Amino acid sequence: MLRKIRITLAAVCFVLINMLFLGISWGISQHIAWVAKIQFLPALLALDYAMLLVLIAVTLLFGRIYCSVICPLGIMQDIFGWAGKKAKKNRYSHSPEKKWLRYSVLAVFILCLIIGFAPVTTLLAPYSAYGRIVNSVFRPLYDLLNNGLAAFESRYDSYVFSEVQLWMRSVTTFMIALLTFIILGFLAWRNGRTYCNTVCPVGTILSFFSRFSLMRVQMDKSRCKNCSLCEKNCKTAAIDYKSGTVDAARCITCGDCLDKCKFDALHYKPVLHLHKSTQDPAEPDLNKRAFLTGAVLATSAAVMAETRIKMDGGLAVIEDKQAPHRETPVTPPGSVSAYNLNRHCTACQLCVSACPNNVLRPSADPLHLMQPVMSFERGYCRPECTRCSQVCPTGAIRPITKEEKTAIHIGHAVWIEQNCIPVSNGDHCGACARHCPAWAIQMVEKEVNGKLVEVPVVDSEKCVGCGKCENLCPARPFSAIYVEGNKMHHLN
Amino acid sequence: MDRRDFIKHSAAAVAGTSVILSACRNGKPNDPYGEADRSTAGRLEMANDLTANGMTLRTNPNTGDKVSLLGFGMMRLPVQAGGSARDNQDSPIDQEAVNEMVDYALEHGVNLFDTSPVYCQGLSEQSTGIALSRHPRNSYFISTKLSNFSSDTWSLAESKAMFEHSLQELQTDYVDYLLMHGLGMRSGGMSVMETFHKRYIENGLLDWLVGQKAQGRIRNLGFSFHGSPEDLNAILALHDVGRYHWDCALIQLNYLDWRHAKEINKRNSNAELLYAELEKRGIPVLVMEPLLGGRLANQPDAIAHRMREKDSRFSPAAWAFRFAGSPSGVLSVLSGMSYMEHLRENIRTYSPLVPLTSDEEEWILGLAKDIFELKAIPCTTCNYCMPCPYGLNIPAIFAHYNKSVAAGTISSADKGSEFQRNRRAFLVGYDRAVPSIRQADHCIGCDRCIRLCPQHIDIPHEMVRINRLVEKLKQTL
Repeated sequence: MLRKIRITLAAVCFVLINMLFLGISWGISQHIAWVAKIQFLPALLALDYAMLLVLIAVTLLFGRIYCSVICPLGIMQDIFGWAGKKAKKNRYSHSPEKKWLRYSVLAVFILCLIIGFAPVTTLLAPYSAYGRIVNSVFRPLYDLLNNGLAAFESRYDSYVFSEVQLWMRSVTTFMIALLTFIILGFLAWRNGRTYCNTVCPVGTILSFFSRFSLMRVQMDKSRCKNCSLCEKNCKTAAIDYKSGTVDAARCITCGDCLDKCKFDALHYKPVLHLHKSTQDPAEPDLNKRAFLTGAVLATSAAVMAETRIKMDGGLAVIEDKQAPHRETPVTPPGSVSAYNLNRHCTACQLCVSACPNNVLRPSADPLHLMQPVMSFERGYCRPECTRCSQVCPTGAIRPITKEEKTAIHIGHAVWIEQNCIPVSNGDHCGACARHCPAWAIQMVEKEVNGKLVEVPVVDSEKCVGCGKCENLCPARPFSAIYVEGNKMHHLN
Repeated sequence: MDRRDFIKHSAAAVAGTSVILSACRNGKPNDPYGEADRSTAGRLEMANDLTANGMTLRTNPNTGDKVSLLGFGMMRLPVQAGGSARDNQDSPIDQEAVNEMVDYALEHGVNLFDTSPVYCQGLSEQSTGIALSRHPRNSYFISTKLSNFSSDTWSLAESKAMFEHSLQELQTDYVDYLLMHGLGMRSGGMSVMETFHKRYIENGLLDWLVGQKAQGRIRNLGFSFHGSPEDLNAILALHDVGRYHWDCALIQLNYLDWRHAKEINKRNSNAELLYAELEKRGIPVLVMEPLLGGRLANQPDAIAHRMREKDSRFSPAAWAFRFAGSPSGVLSVLSGMSYMEHLRENIRTYSPLVPLTSDEEEWILGLAKDIFELKAIPCTTCNYCMPCPYGLNIPAIFAHYNKSVAAGTISSADKGSEFQRNRRAFLVGYDRAVPSIRQADHCIGCDRCIRLCPQHIDIPHEMVRINRLVEKLKQTL
C-alpha cells in the first residue's frame, strides 16, 4: 500500500517536472511550475522558509518521502534500480552509513553556498542535476520528435506542433549532464540509492530529521524468519535483517520491503515500541544505454546539420552569428544582477528549457558554470515573454510581468563601427534603429571615407538590452551592435 | 435656347425636385456625426431632403439647389462593343444604353450629371448632351470641367473655346457646376502652384470664368483636386482672402482614401484631411471615386464576409456609398456607372441614405486598415530579386503571406478563439515556410531588390509591413 501510494505520487511529480523541462506545457507552465518550487534546494535558495518548514515537517512526520516522491533525480535512480532488479533479483545488501563522507560533502556544499562558489553547489544539487540531464540529453530527442511531428502535420495544414531549433547550448553542460546521467544510472542499477546516502546534500540534511521521524519502517524481529529478502531489496542499504534494524536516516520510505516481507515482520507505523525494518528497491527500465548513445549521436548530428545552411536555388549563404565577448554577462530580466543570479541559481536549466527564443543558455564560465546567461545569436529577449521568471524556483530570476519588463534595463547596446554595414559596404541599413522596441537607437549621418552614411547611435538610458538589434544586425559573424550587461539591472 | 432663360434656371433650384420633406429640412434626423450639435459658423451642414422616390437630397448652401446624393459620373459610359468606354476604348458609345440609364436615373431622383471634355476620349459631353436634352433643362444639374491639361490649351482663347464647346456639346447655355480640372497635379517640371497659375491665373482664365458666372453661364465655380493638403491650402488661401470664391470642390473620398490614400497612390492625400479643410470653410464637397474604380465593390471573400456579417443588408458597394455619403459636408457622390444594375443598386443605397453610425464608421475604418494590412502582394515568384544579399527568402515570405490572406486567416481586429487559432496557423506556418534567419525582420532596406522586381513591388516596404503584422501577432498573447 505504501509502495503504491509512493509510486503514484512520484509518477505525478515526475511527469509534471519532465513536462516543465521538456517544455511540454500546453500553455499551463505557470500552473505546474509548483513542482519545481517544492524542491528543497530551490526553496532554500529562494529563502522560501514556509516551504522549507513544510518539507522538514513532512520529513519529521513521515521520514524521507521527499527523496522518494518529490526529488526527480531520486525517481530517476529508482527507475534505473527497478531495471537493475529485473536483470538480477535481490541484488542489494546492508552496509553501514558512511557518515564521514556524507558530512564532509555537506560541509563543502554549505561552505560553497556561503561563499557563493557556484560550480560546486550547482554540481551537487540533485534537482539541478536532473534538470540538466533532461535539458541537455532528453530535450534534444524530444525536440527531434516534435519537429518530425510538425513536418508530418504540415502536410495537413495542422498547427499543433511548432518547429524548434535544435542546437548545442553548451558543450560543457552537455558533457556534465551526460556523465551525471551515466554514472548515477550505473550506480542506481547496481546498488540503488548510493548517491542519495553518500553525496547528496539534500539527502544528508533530510537525514538529520528523518532520524527522528514519527512514522518509520520498523521490523518486528519476533516475526522475522531471517529470509533476508528485505535487506536484499533495500535500495538504501538501510536494513540489517540480522540485527533487525532499519536505519531511519537512510530509509526513504519507499515501501518496497513491506511488500517483500512474506511474514508481516515489517510495518510502517509511528515509533511507539521500537523495532527494526527493511526495504527493497523499486522500478523501471534499462537497455537504454545503447538507445541513449545512439540518441546522443543522432542529436549531435542534427546539431551539426543545422549549422550547415541549406543551399537551394537563389538563397544567399548566411554565415552563423558568433557571440561577442561581453565584459559583463547579460542575465535575464528579473534576475536583478549577475551577482544575485549567481547566489541563488542551482543551474537546474529550467529557465533554459523555458526560453522560447533561444536566448538563454548555460554559462561556460567556470565561476558561473551552467548558470544561465543570455546571448543573441539565435534570437532576442522578446518583449511579451517572461517565461524564465515564471518558472525559476530559486529566486535567481524573480517573477516579473510583461509591463515590469519594459522598465528593466538588463544591459545596453554598444556599436562597433567597423562591422557596421553602411560603413563596411555602403548599403543603407538602419535595421537596429527600425527594430528597437525601446526607441533607443537613432540613425545619424557620419562621414566615413569622405562619404556621408547613416550610422546608429544608442541612447543607453533608453536601451533595455533585449538584444533585438544584435540579433537582427546584418553584419556577420559578429554583429555591429551588441549588448553589454548591466552589472545591476537599471530600473525606471 | 429660348426656353433656358435665367428665370428658369434659378427656378430649377427647387422645381427640379418635386417633393420636399420638410421634416428633414434641418438635416438633423439624418445627421450622422451630430454636426447639428457642434455646428459653428463656417461649418458646413447641408440639409437632407428626399425626393418622392426617397432619394436623399442635399442642399447647396450657395444656390439652394436640392442635389441628389447620388451623382451620375459620365466617364465610364457603356459602349457598343460591350462594357464601358474604359474597357473598350475604340468602340463608339452605346447611346441607346446611355439614354436608358439617364432616363432611369432622372426618374428615380438622380439630378446631377458630371462630365468633362476629356471623358470617353472626348465623347462624353456629347453623349451626355444627347441624353439630357430629351428632358427639361430645369430637371437636372450639369457639372463639367475645364480640362486644359495640355499646354496647348493654356491660352485664354483655347480655354474659352473649350468651355464654349462644352456648352455646345451639352446642348445648353449654362452649366450648374464648372470645375477647374485636376488641381494639385503638376505639369512638366513645374510645381503644383506654378501649374495652377499657368493654367488658370496668368492667362486670365479664372477671371474670365468669374465673369461667366456673373453672367449666369456658370452657376457654381469650383475645382477638382488630386494633391497634398498643403497644395489644397494654397488654393484655398485664395478663397480665404476673398480673391476668389470656391463654390464647391471635387475630391476623392472613400473609406480607404480616408486614412490610407498614400498606400493607394503616393500622389493622393488622406481624404480625412482634405475634407476637413473644405468643411471648415463651408465649401460643399463633391465626391469622386467612392468605389475606387470598382475595387471597393469587389472585395476579397474574407472582407466581403465581414461586411455582410456586420449588416447583411449592405453589399460591399453599399457600404462604400454609405461611407462616402455620410459626412454632412458632402453635396453629392459621383459614381461612373456603366451598367443599369449598378445604377439601380446605388440609387437604392441612397433612397434614402442610411448614414453610418459612429460605431459603423469606426468599424469600417478598422476594416480599411485590415484591407491594407492584408492585401495580397502581386509576387509571381519569378525570383528576379533573389538571392537577397542579406539572405531573405523574399518569394517564400510573400507566398506565405498571400496564402494566409487568401485563406482569410489574418485579421488584426478580431479576438477570440478563432483569432487564436488563426494566429497560431499564421505564425507557426511562417516558421515552417521560411527559416527564421530568412524572415522579413532581416530586411535592412538596402533597396537593391526594388529595381529588380518586374511587378514593381516595393519589397522593403512590404517586408516592414509584414514584419509589423508578425510582431503584432506575436505580442498578442
